[in-house]
Amino acid sequence: MSLDLLPETLDTETAEAVNIDRSIGDFTFPERNKFDAGRGLSEKTVDYICDVKNDPQWVREFRHRALKVFRDKPMPTNWATEDLNNIDFDQIRYYLSDGEKPKRSWEDVPADVLETFERLGIPQQERAFLAGVEAQFDSEAAYSNVKEELSKQGVIFVNSAEGLKEHEEIFRPWFGKVIPTGDNKFSALNSAVFSGGSFIYIPKGLKLKQPLQAYFRINSESFGQFERTLIIADEGSEIMYMEGCTAPKFETATLHSAVVELVALKGAKIQYVTVQNWSSNVFNLVTKRGIAMEDAEVRWIDCNIGSRLTMKYPGVVMKGRRARGEVISIALANTGQHQDTGAKMIHAADETTSNVVSKSISVGTGRSTYRGQVHIPKHLKGCKNNTECDALLINTKSRTDTYPAITVKGNQHATQHEASVSQVSQEMLFYMMQRGISEGAAMSLAVNGFINDLVREFPMEYSVELKRLIDLEMEGSVG
Amino acid sequence: MSLLIENLHATLEDGTPILNGVNLEIPAGEVHAIMGPNGSGKSTLSKVIAGHEGYLVTAGSVTLDGVDLLEMDIDQRSRAGVFLAFQYPAEVPGVSNANFIRAALQARLPKGQDIDAVGYYKNLYAKMDLLEMDRKFTARSVNEGFSGGEKKRNEILQLMMLEPKYSILDETDSGLDIDALKIVAKGVNAMRSPDRGFLMITHYQRLLDYIAPDYVHVMSAGQIVRSGGPELALELEEHGYDFLKELTPA
Repeated sequence: MSLDLLPETLDTETAEAVNIDRSIGDFTFPERNKFDAGRGLSEKTVDYICDVKNDPQWVREFRHRALKVFRDKPMPTNWATEDLNNIDFDQIRYYLSDGEKPKRSWEDVPADVLETFERLGIPQQERAFLAGVEAQFDSEAAYSNVKEELSKQGVIFVNSAEGLKEHEEIFRPWFGKVIPTGDNKFSALNSAVFSGGSFIYIPKGLKLKQPLQAYFRINSESFGQFERTLIIADEGSEIMYMEGCTAPKFETATLHSAVVELVALKGAKIQYVTVQNWSSNVFNLVTKRGIAMEDAEVRWIDCNIGSRLTMKYPGVVMKGRRARGEVISIALANTGQHQDTGAKMIHAADETTSNVVSKSISVGTGRSTYRGQVHIPKHLKGCKNNTECDALLINTKSRTDTYPAITVKGNQHATQHEASVSQVSQEMLFYMMQRGISEGAAMSLAVNGFINDLVREFPMEYSVELKRLIDLEMEGSVG
Repeated sequence: MSLLIENLHATLEDGTPILNGVNLEIPAGEVHAIMGPNGSGKSTLSKVIAGHEGYLVTAGSVTLDGVDLLEMDIDQRSRAGVFLAFQYPAEVPGVSNANFIRAALQARLPKGQDIDAVGYYKNLYAKMDLLEMDRKFTARSVNEGFSGGEKKRNEILQLMMLEPKYSILDETDSGLDIDALKIVAKGVNAMRSPDRGFLMITHYQRLLDYIAPDYVHVMSAGQIVRSGGPELALELEEHGYDFLKELTPA
């Protein structure tokens, strides 16, 4: 049991389990793209995407403006990791699609794409517990469907291209308003080349009982996936949205850079659940933010496993009185991975409440970083924030950093910040193993115990998957 | 059939010798007690048998029914039939007692075979009743926020659930009031059988009033220096360890 070393040998059982896991997302089909924007990013690339997608003029202009912003903005390496400099924007392919429209029935989805999503269990999940599904394959959705009774009640669940064309009157007022193009270099990049992602509108007072789900699949090497999601929950409505992501393990790096904007109008409630399991060469640089109006609530429930580098700080702008914002996040950084995650809570009205609970696990040489920002301006009254971030280190070479930034002005607020770093101690392992539990299983138990209270926040189906993923990550991490 | 310790030498990682040739045989069906002053190596002996990595075995052997224990990993030793009731059991935050014990039982089953949940809880509740433990205990995290007495009872509960061939009880009586001690003793006595052996490490005769040993050994400076029947414990209670000074010149 050498805690600081990676295993030289695995017992067959463990090796099998680990291999099976890797193969779940690690497969690819030959590309048969009708549309391919080629490598590199220029005005031509943007025009190509606009032409293929038949974008309205206002979107074309929006994209071109964004491209300029992207070029003008420096890489944020003054505070973020130097590894960002290893992204070769000239080698990335910005748009790939087979030219098929999203299908309403799985039967109409091309065989290879259907097989992809079946292997990932998407149609099965849809039947079991989902109100609607969108399944994106590289740049475009291959399948998009919502239960008929929900569309009759006025629920809109389409991809972003359809949203901006068919529902411009709802889409356009909010698009790019929660996260402006110039928010950061990668939101600008997304704004220039976005494709896919969901547009969702939930009518007043409608409370969805079952979640909507999107699944983002990368199939092609050197590809950049830039989906764009906008969810608008009208007054008093409720929605839970879940997203999952995988990609095969390619030789070259893959880029995933999404922008997700949430709008919870008066009294509405949005829960956005992510379980990502990217392969270990994906740069995952995602901007996610929600606005919560009076008495509204936005919750981000986020689990990050895999990827080479994830940078993601879901945020909530609490714009209306008594609005609530919450970020629940779990990150697991294995050897060769860096999970740079956190939360942004912007209090912009009286009596607003925010809660951040972040738990990270670093395994082997994995590194996790927490960055938190809480902003409460002076003129407000009665705002509350609670921030807890706990880190668990599995091996002596594991690393964790915490960068909290809490700006509270005025004296009529309550904030609380707690941080802890713990290790799976030798005594704890000895105790568990003395009961006959193998080292890998003992590590899994310890890690699952560490995040247990957060896993309960995930829907049942996802928490089971989460536990399984963690078991497999941990079994592969010890000898 | 026995847990056989022969000429066992062990040191700390820095080379400090702790065990200096321990010889002890615990046949199945017998209860042995080891007594001795602080620092004599009693707790170390239990950890070395269980495979704790803070110690290096430099000579000697430990065999369980003829099988070499020292070659095995910690978890293999447990599954082979060695149980250690800890003096200071570790906490496992976020893992419920019920799940923990279940994981330990699951580890003893062949791959692909699952524990029958209904039967498991029936068995667990029966043993908890015997140890007078509240049902809420199953949902609490392992040892987290437990009182000293609750921790010791939990150790005995695990012993009863795992049914090991040989159990080592490391100062199970420390921190227990007399009522708790009686309950713990009831659990251990319920497990006594012709095919199970027990080794109890204790400072006090008090525990031996409730769990009657067949043999008593005295440990000093990493060796067993005297062995006898239950009367030896009474003698120690009366006269202390002064006689050791004559036995082991400084």
